Parts: sequence; structure tokens; C-alpha cells
Amino acid sequence: MSSARAAAIVLGKEIRAEMRTRELLQTTVVFTLIVVTLFNFAFEPTPDEARRFGAGLIWITLLFAGSLMLNPSFVREQANDTIYALRMSPASAFAIVFGKSAANFIFLGITEVILLPAFSLLYNVPVQPVLGRLAFILFLGTFGLVMVGTVFSAVAAQARMRELLLPLLLLPVLIPLMFAAVEATAGLLAESPALDRTWVSVLAAFDVIFFTASWLLCDYLLEE
Amino acid sequence: MKRYALVSFLMAALLFCAGYAALFVAPDESTMHAIQRIFYFHASSGWAAMEGSAIVFAANVLFLLKRDLKWDWLGVASAEVSVAFWTVVLITGPIWAHPVWGVWWTWDARLTLSLVIWLLYVAYLILRTLVNDPERRAVVSAIFGVFVFLGVPLDYLSIRIWRTQHPQPVVFGGANSGLDPTMAKVFFFCSGVMTVLMIVLIRQRYRLERLRHEVETLNLAAEERAEVVR
Repeated sequence: MSSARAAAIVLGKEIRAEMRTRELLQTTVVFTLIVVTLFNFAFEPTPDEARRFGAGLIWITLLFAGSLMLNPSFVREQANDTIYALRMSPASAFAIVFGKSAANFIFLGITEVILLPAFSLLYNVPVQPVLGRLAFILFLGTFGLVMVGTVFSAVAAQARMRELLLPLLLLPVLIPLMFAAVEATAGLLAESPALDRTWVSVLAAFDVIFFTASWLLCDYLLEE
Repeated sequence: MKRYALVSFLMAALLFCAGYAALFVAPDESTMHAIQRIFYFHASSGWAAMEGSAIVFAANVLFLLKRDLKWDWLGVASAEVSVAFWTVVLITGPIWAHPVWGVWWTWDARLTLSLVIWLLYVAYLILRTLVNDPERRAVVSAIFGVFVFLGVPLDYLSIRIWRTQHPQPVVFGGANSGLDPTMAKVFFFCSGVMTVLMIVLIRQRYRLERLRHEVETLNLAAEERAEVVR
């Protein structure tokens, strides 16, 4: 079985499992909406300030949401002992990790589709004019986030205190990603929007480096 | 045991010499005066910390390739020691910065990077305390260690794109940089002492980790034998 096909099967399984309950999605979406609301009480921003801090708000929310929602990715398998079935299947470790990352990418993507208009509406920051470029930044940022996050979810699943451990491992490693994503997004939300290529390159470099690292290391990750 | 006492004594003597050289041998700096002398320890601890972090990375990669627990012991030993040196860097930095810059802390490139690296290696050490099985602990912490190390150049790059306030490199810097020859001698001596101190500490910590592993193995064997007797 080719890795691509195996990854697609794992992806299909993840989506089917999620669609039965939708518990991961609904929790994550509501969590991000709560954070966006809290932002108002913490800073009470004017539309100008919302423009300036909006990029940071969006990415902090996504990073926190990601560090919480990626946890079940492997913990669920561990709790139901289905991790053994996955390991015994002819799918390679990378296909499993990548299939799961792809599923998490879709879940976080759906969250973003709800989060972004909510943010735009609540803080009067128009995003339609830059929607395409913003989607591009969100794509690059979310890709790196879920790739590293899914690998670390498998790491945390093998430890105690996993719910607390995952953010502890994930957030500091994601600092360069968040740095670049916030800068690029802030450039798009500014009065005269512009896409900063430097930060796009940093984001792309992050994605390439950590995709390669995940590919090289995931055999060790799932072995028994 | 005798050898360790000797090594500790020599180390203390070297540190004393380094302190003496930094305080009395090195000439006075023309604008910063006495406070500049903290550099001999601040910068040399920074070097030792970076060397220690590089050893952690090498140990992590070697463990994944060779699957010998020895490399895991080296990994944890050098991680703990380099966190200690990073802590020294993060404490001596603000002591210097407050009188000279007027603030304890500023989010400049190198300061930020040291803080981020410190956080990353503290996370590495916490991860290790939360996995029971020695083999699994070694594998997952090695994976995390490799990820941490790969992120550092990107951190450096993204922080560097910002304007930097930290003094520009004086050693191996550009054309206009340079040290007074006596200052340079004292600086290299202090760096050497810090590196030796780092190696000595890593060796001690490595030995401790090996002994811990031995105790763990013996305990398991004893439990198994007790089962058989019963």
C-alpha cells in the first residue's frame, strides 16, 4: 500500500470518527469564540487597536486552540487501545502521522472559517479585501502548527499529565511560526495592506523543516 | 572518589583564577568601568551554554541512531548543565543591563533568543520527568530535543529581522570591533574555564544518571526474584 493511500485512509477514518460525535470540533470552535470575547474584556480595543492587535489575537487563539484540540489525536487511540491496531496495519508510521495531521488541519481550518468572520464582525476589522492572501498565511501557519502538534501529541500521549504537557512542549517550539504568522497577518490587517515576503519565507521554511523532521522521526514515535 | 575530590579542587582553583583575572588583571573599560567586568562571566557562560546545547542535540541524534541508553544519559546530563549556564546568562545579563541600558530587560534579539532556548530546554527536562519507562523516555525526549534544536535557527532568524539592541559581537566581529589584548586574554581564559567547568559538571551528572539506571535495573531484578521465591 502506498503511503499516500494509507494516509488518505487514516484521514478518512479520523473524519468519520469525528463526524459521529463532532465533540472535538464543537469544543474547539466555542473555545476560540470565548477567547475572542475575552479579548474585548481584557483590552477593550478601539477599531484602530483591534487592527493592530488583531493578528496577535487570532494567532494566540489558534495556538491555544491547537495545543488543546491536538491532544485527543493520539490519546484517544491510546485510551481505546486502537493504537496497536494502527501499528499493526500496513500503513507506515509517517502515513499515520500525516493522515492525522491532515485531519487536524481540516478541523482547525473549519475553526478558522468560523473564527475569522466572528473576529472581523466583533471588532470592525474588514478582512474581505485581503481574504485570499490571509487564507494563504493561515494555510502556511496552520500546516506547521498541526504537523508539529500532531507529532507532539504522540509524544505527550506517552507521558503523564499529557493535557498540560502538550502546550508546554508545543508553544515554545512554535514561537518562530507564531512570530512570522503574526507579522504577516498584521501586514494584511494594516490600513494599507501588504504581504511581507520575508515573513512568508520564514513560515514556509518552518513548514519545510518540520515536515521533514516529522517524516524522518515518526518511525521512532510509534514503535513499541 | 579521590579523583573526584582532586577534580573539584582543581576546578575551584581555576574558577578563582578566572575571577581574579576578571576583577584585577583585565584593564578598566573606558565608559562602563567596573560593571563591564561581569562580561567575562556573562559571555563565557553564554559560550558554555551554547556548547552544552549542541552536545544535547548530538546526544539526541546519536541515541536515535544507535539506541544506546548511554547517549540518553549524556543528553539529560548536558541539558541540565546547559540550562544552569543559560540561567547564569539570564541573571548576569540584567545585572549589567540595568546600570548601562537603564532597564533590566529588553526584547532584543539575543536576550529573547536566550530566554526562548532556556524555556525550550526546561520543557525538555519536564518532559523527561513525566515518562516512566526509561526506553520510551529516551526516545520521546530525543525526538523533542531534535525538534527544539531545529527551531533555534528559525528563532534566531525571525528575532534577528527585528532591530537589535544587544552589543554587536566584539570577538570575531566586523572590521571595527576588537578587544584590548589583555581583555582578550582574560576573556579567552574565562571562556576556557567555563567550558572546562561545563565538561566536569556533565561528567558528574552523567555518572549520576548511570548509577540511577543501575539502581533501577537492580530494583527490577530484585522484584522479579521476589516473585519467583513467592
